[in-house]
Amino acid sequence: MKRNLRTVLRYAAALLVAASILGPMLWLFLMSVSSTSDLTRVPLEWLPRQWDFSRYLRLVSLQPDEPGALFLHALWNSVLVACGATLISLLLAIPAAFSFSRYPGRDGWLFGSLAIYMVPPVAFVLPLYFVLQQVGLLNTHLGLVLVYCSLILPFLTWMLKNQFDALPRDIEQAARLDGLRFWQVLLRITLPLAKPMLGASALFGWLLAWDEFFYALLFTSNIEAQTLPVTIAGFTAGRATDDGLIAAVGILASVPPLFIAIWLQKTLVSGLASGGSKG
Amino acid sequence: MLSLQQREHRQAWVLLAPMLVVMFLLTAWPLGRTIWLSFTDAALIGSGGAPGYVGLENYLYALTDPDFQASILRTLWFTVVSVAIEGVIGVLVALLLNQRFYGRNILRVLVILPWALPTIVNAMMWRLNFNPDYGSVNALLTQLGIIDGYRSWLGSPDSALNAVMLADIWKNYPLVTLLVLAALQSIPDDLFEAARLDGASAWRRFRAITFPAIVAPLSVALVLRTIDAFKIFDIIYVMTRGGPVDSTKTLSFFVYQESFSYLRAGSGAAYAILMALMCGVLITLYMIMLLRQRRRSTANET
Repeated sequence: MKRNLRTVLRYAAALLVAASILGPMLWLFLMSVSSTSDLTRVPLEWLPRQWDFSRYLRLVSLQPDEPGALFLHALWNSVLVACGATLISLLLAIPAAFSFSRYPGRDGWLFGSLAIYMVPPVAFVLPLYFVLQQVGLLNTHLGLVLVYCSLILPFLTWMLKNQFDALPRDIEQAARLDGLRFWQVLLRITLPLAKPMLGASALFGWLLAWDEFFYALLFTSNIEAQTLPVTIAGFTAGRATDDGLIAAVGILASVPPLFIAIWLQKTLVSGLASGGSKG
Repeated sequence: MLSLQQREHRQAWVLLAPMLVVMFLLTAWPLGRTIWLSFTDAALIGSGGAPGYVGLENYLYALTDPDFQASILRTLWFTVVSVAIEGVIGVLVALLLNQRFYGRNILRVLVILPWALPTIVNAMMWRLNFNPDYGSVNALLTQLGIIDGYRSWLGSPDSALNAVMLADIWKNYPLVTLLVLAALQSIPDDLFEAARLDGASAWRRFRAITFPAIVAPLSVALVLRTIDAFKIFDIIYVMTRGGPVDSTKTLSFFVYQESFSYLRAGSGAAYAILMALMCGVLITLYMIMLLRQRRRSTANET
């Protein structure tokens, strides 16, 4: 009897958690495929009388006067900036993480980078704004890519260092005795061994850039460089816009990170513990 | 001729230098400049002249500004309550996901989704859910008979901050869940078996086995969450813009407005530095924890 009750409670709790997670997200999807008249009906019928996917079509069309142009530009900017920032950060973080891992004794620098990465961005934003303005990098991809390195670099270095720490050293030492230079050891031995985890960490960094809003809001001003989060926030600021359309943009913007997260399941926890919380 | 040790030492720095230089230029240098700005009356848009030195004026003004004090209290309230609830729900859901039941693996994937959802999409999603004319929250609560008519949740100062907190809690308790669950899974089953054979009660088993195992990851999760919640900006910007009647104007939003809406860069910088100092306390706490953890793991290896 007691056992049955426990089982029932367990399933009830599981259903409650599942519903509370899926509910709001399903509503977003339903909004994107319902007509305004279906949405404003009281009492609400929840499922649309007419499933309407036209908003998605409008978002991927390049016709003038359609929101597609705005959306596709933002999508392109987001992809470009996230990939650029991740690549540059990888190039700098790999040697740094290797150094922290193989030549111990400089951990203060690592902890310092990690600490400063947690300082609120409002403490950096004004000087960065003035500098970008002076060198003409406001509202450019390159400007955002550079600023995003400050977010991805410490995080990536930290994660990679932990991975390098877990690798066996004896092969490396043997290679060093055979006369390989240290950077040859890094490229030929350490990196191939760390490859699977390298990809996961890079994706983590990519997610941080995909998610960033504050700098993007202040350092971009139009479709030249505006990323998806800024475009979505801009949509919601408008008064007489079609909310279903905003919902559709939100759904599309969420597809890449949701897939990446499900794919990263296994390595998620180590990334979270090193501060990649995307708060 | 350099000794081997000197060569190694030099190599270590060569590998580190690019990362440290980039980090310095993007964080330490701007932080220094912000401190300098905070002693001036600089404007965001060039007013022709160079900014003038005003000494501690910005800070004296900030510390006596009742709006700023209200914003600090509001942010602390938001942070403490959100993080506490995220901790409780996060641990409870982790304990649930550690049980054996049909569909557990699906639920483990579902819990990742709120964390992965872009912050801005989360904010916009809740804004639509709380919509006064056709939001799902209104529809659901009316149909269940809990409220008698549609309400403007984000439009009233009494409920706006709570609505924002709900959005933050929904998105972020999974972080606590994932970290705690990882720790729970590393507890060997026979520990529980032995305790059960010894006749320990469920509460006793939790206190003696489960809690000690999750206390470290839980504190890391809570400190990380506290730092993030303290900096909350994106959700506020999209859901309420600090309104209605400043009821959701948290620190980040306050500083943002001072610099970019009222264009007072000098005073905005002073507010930003004060906020960074408050954050610094939390960051120091996190660093101490990281060092402790590392010391423990190296102690375990030897």
